[in-house]
Amino acid sequence: MSKYDRANDLEITPAIIKEHGFKQEEYDNILKILKRPPTYVELGIFSAMWSEHCSYKHSKPTLKKFPHKGKYVIQGPGENAGIIDTGTDMAVAFKIESHNHPSAVEPFQGAATGVGGILRDVFTMGARPIASLNSLRFGSIKSANTHRLLPGVVAGIAFYGNCIGVPTVAGETVFEETYEDNCLVNAMTIGIVEKKKIIKAKASGLGNSVMYIGAMTGRDGIHGATFASAELSEETAENRSSVQVADPFMEKLLLEATLELIDKKVMVGIQDMGAAGLTSSSTEMAFRGNVGMEVDMDKVPQREKGMNAYEIMLSESQERMLLVAKKGKEKEVEKVLNKWGLHAVVIGKIIKKQNIIVKEKGKIVADIPIEPLADSGHPLFPLKHQKGVKPAYLADINIKKSDVKEPDDLEAVLKKLMGCPNIASKSNIWEQYDHMVQTNTVTLPGSDAAVIDVKDRDFMIATSVDCNGRYVYLDPFKGAQIAMAESARNVSCSGAEPVAFTNCLNFGNPEDPEIFWQFEKSVEGLSDAARALKTPVISGNVSFYNEGPAGAIYPTPTVGMVGYITGSEKRYCKQFFRDNNDVILMIGETLEEIGASEYLKELHGLVKGPVPDINMKKEVLIQKTCRDAIKKGFVKSAHDVSKGGLAVALTECCITGTLHGEKPIGAFVELQSDIRLDALLFGETQSRIIVTAAREKVTALKKLASKNNVIISEIGKVGGSRLIINVDWASKKNPKKINLGIDELIDIWSKGVNKYV
Amino acid sequence: MVKFGVVVFPGSNCDKDCLWAAGDVMGQKADFIWHESKDINKYDVIILPGGFSYGDYLRSGAIARFSKVMESVQKFAVKKNKLVIGICNGFQILLEAGLLPGAMLHNKNLKFICKYINMRVENNSTPFTGACGKNQVIKIPIAHGEGNYFCDEKTLNSLIENDQVVFRYCDEKGSVTDDANPNGALYNIAGIMNKKGNVMGLMPHPERAMKKELGSTDGNFIFDSIVSHVKKYL
Repeated sequence: MSKYDRANDLEITPAIIKEHGFKQEEYDNILKILKRPPTYVELGIFSAMWSEHCSYKHSKPTLKKFPHKGKYVIQGPGENAGIIDTGTDMAVAFKIESHNHPSAVEPFQGAATGVGGILRDVFTMGARPIASLNSLRFGSIKSANTHRLLPGVVAGIAFYGNCIGVPTVAGETVFEETYEDNCLVNAMTIGIVEKKKIIKAKASGLGNSVMYIGAMTGRDGIHGATFASAELSEETAENRSSVQVADPFMEKLLLEATLELIDKKVMVGIQDMGAAGLTSSSTEMAFRGNVGMEVDMDKVPQREKGMNAYEIMLSESQERMLLVAKKGKEKEVEKVLNKWGLHAVVIGKIIKKQNIIVKEKGKIVADIPIEPLADSGHPLFPLKHQKGVKPAYLADINIKKSDVKEPDDLEAVLKKLMGCPNIASKSNIWEQYDHMVQTNTVTLPGSDAAVIDVKDRDFMIATSVDCNGRYVYLDPFKGAQIAMAESARNVSCSGAEPVAFTNCLNFGNPEDPEIFWQFEKSVEGLSDAARALKTPVISGNVSFYNEGPAGAIYPTPTVGMVGYITGSEKRYCKQFFRDNNDVILMIGETLEEIGASEYLKELHGLVKGPVPDINMKKEVLIQKTCRDAIKKGFVKSAHDVSKGGLAVALTECCITGTLHGEKPIGAFVELQSDIRLDALLFGETQSRIIVTAAREKVTALKKLASKNNVIISEIGKVGGSRLIINVDWASKKNPKKINLGIDELIDIWSKGVNKYV
Repeated sequence: MVKFGVVVFPGSNCDKDCLWAAGDVMGQKADFIWHESKDINKYDVIILPGGFSYGDYLRSGAIARFSKVMESVQKFAVKKNKLVIGICNGFQILLEAGLLPGAMLHNKNLKFICKYINMRVENNSTPFTGACGKNQVIKIPIAHGEGNYFCDEKTLNSLIENDQVVFRYCDEKGSVTDDANPNGALYNIAGIMNKKGNVMGLMPHPERAMKKELGSTDGNFIFDSIVSHVKKYL
């Protein structure tokens, strides 16, 4: 028997109120809204809708700071997914979402259902999913927990994406002790849709039928949204029933059926039954359409016997959708679903009174006004206006450079970095994902950004997902600016203009003022950078309560950027060196910065600031210079300098062609500088891009850079089978150099992570 | 024009790619065939595409072989002697349907693998390889979790004797080695055909190697072969 098997008219005791996670003032609001005590079902509905996961009650006031308008925006935040224009008859829909807690408990199903959920968010807008990305974070690569979580998460993502036939084209996998007990699994999907076929999750038309399609409802995932809104502890490990089970085949059928329903113009609106299942989908659809909805529990297809209205309304069984049919089109909806071997059932109707009414065995078991449930502007909605307090740990977070000893053996440092978990190749991870299905993937995983062709149209899509949580921990505002800048820079390195972004804001418990401060500063940093880049946010997700017994994770606002490569030539660029004697140039300049770097952590065991500086004006110009150079055909490769600094970026340029079936190639580089050698080679100064050009294009390239007021310098040439970096170090004795065989570097880089996967 | 029919099972996901390869790239006529269709005789070539037919929760291809269209595909292949090519999941379905001998096991490393590999053309006098050179090395992607071909010794010997082994995994120079075998397939088998030579199954995806930007154009050799063969003999 389920613990939710209780009479609907049971007395709501303080214990039951607490079990549902309400604060007393929230419960008092419920009494005010209903003007009577709630029924058991009503209490469940309030608890789900007012959970952090559905209500954004802690984050909403802060999220208003984001820019979310722009010439490309067709649909901003607040729908299943955001949509941007392409300037053709097509639009692009995308969103990122977290599935952290389910994945920490049951990695395979948790990650798989995360992918399933985000795919549904995109195709319920009428868009066919064309690419998925993911951003994964685990504890130390050597820990037992990582060995449990990593293979499970990767296999889960592969299971879902491969089966449904959407390529998983890019992502990041980060290992850092802070994620030991609370891994992060953020999944993003991009889809394309003909503008005239965009459909929204909005109910309308009095008397129109509300139909249920997809899998049957079981007891799985009851209160999943509430589970996501609490910290992981020893107790939550028992909440296994909160994790749902994935059925990608069912979703593939639902995907095809949904797109066919849209073609046939038989529905008014459709929404995925995601977090809080039938409760949120019915309430939110009705809210957006300013109508009410009546749903009959006896008509809901059920997989298990004896389920009550409470369980049905709160189940998070996967692969289900709620739609509103056009008047008289119910039979046609059914016909399409039947073709795909699925069922469509009328479970309710649109009503005038703006309430959600739930019926069971002919009786009304819940009757709640929709506004205070779903509208954060309603006076009784439990919006939290919180104040952040600057965390104490930030008082003493920066190193003194003089305390960090400069390394003697630069080759050893480079080798160590190339094999370290956050830099080494992740090919054993992404080769488990079908990244080529749909035959549009022109730049493969393992690159700055993935590039996806759109057949028969004059544009391609470039996309990247990024965040350096360590930077954000050490300096939330600047770290968030850098996350935005880097994701845009990655997209620019492919030749694409960044257009809009989605974000997944992963933080600890927002009720802690120090965590809330991290959150606010991060949103401000993202917003500041987004304004400079002219890339509005169009969708996203907030994931709070990412904490384990050891405390909160590093604040991790993951940015998913989407950009366009336009023009019939579709000129794009890859990151690796191409031909002997091509000139290597660096756009941007290197400052004496070693704080927050991979070098500092791997070689000196320090997670300390200061985080590298970033000047967004400069960043914008550097990216523009890179894009213009690609568009004009001046450069053959472009790679952003990030983790591990210049030496690592140069190595990656030499060796990552192997991922595209090209031969690796060496380089000879000469650097002139008076800054510390470790900062010069391994520091993570922002706003730097390494490009290569044929000798005859160099003058034009330099002119372009100076027109944009951007520093560019020749640093070497491509060729040979070794990476040689000479440092001409005028003011000091003993000039040093790196001289390593490319094959050796490939070997180290290939094994660092892959041997664990 | 050669008429290609691409079968769509519930869960097929390379159907559109095959249609694109045969239609848009090759410039031939190509249609989808719904899995409940019976009349497929107007086509010259049937493609069983890749994907996860019926979710492949049981054994790959084990349910798809019972679909209505497969009865017609049997007749098309056995009685009419027309061309049938099964790619990836399509190959698995052909094995389950008994149109080709052997079975598919899970990849040796028990993981799904998606990457470019090389395969060597063992027999270039088939309707599917006429445009290839003998022992030509073809660069082409694989994307499967169950591509580890297996059969008993007697079957293998007969496959070899009758020149039914069409493609074998090899390194870029054309040497058939253990290192070049991505999934543990017996005898490095990537593709085989039936005795009559009109039904072929292969794990790699020629439809994904049709354009330089996608990393290889070698898939064209297979589609070119089919088109020339049909034009010549039918």
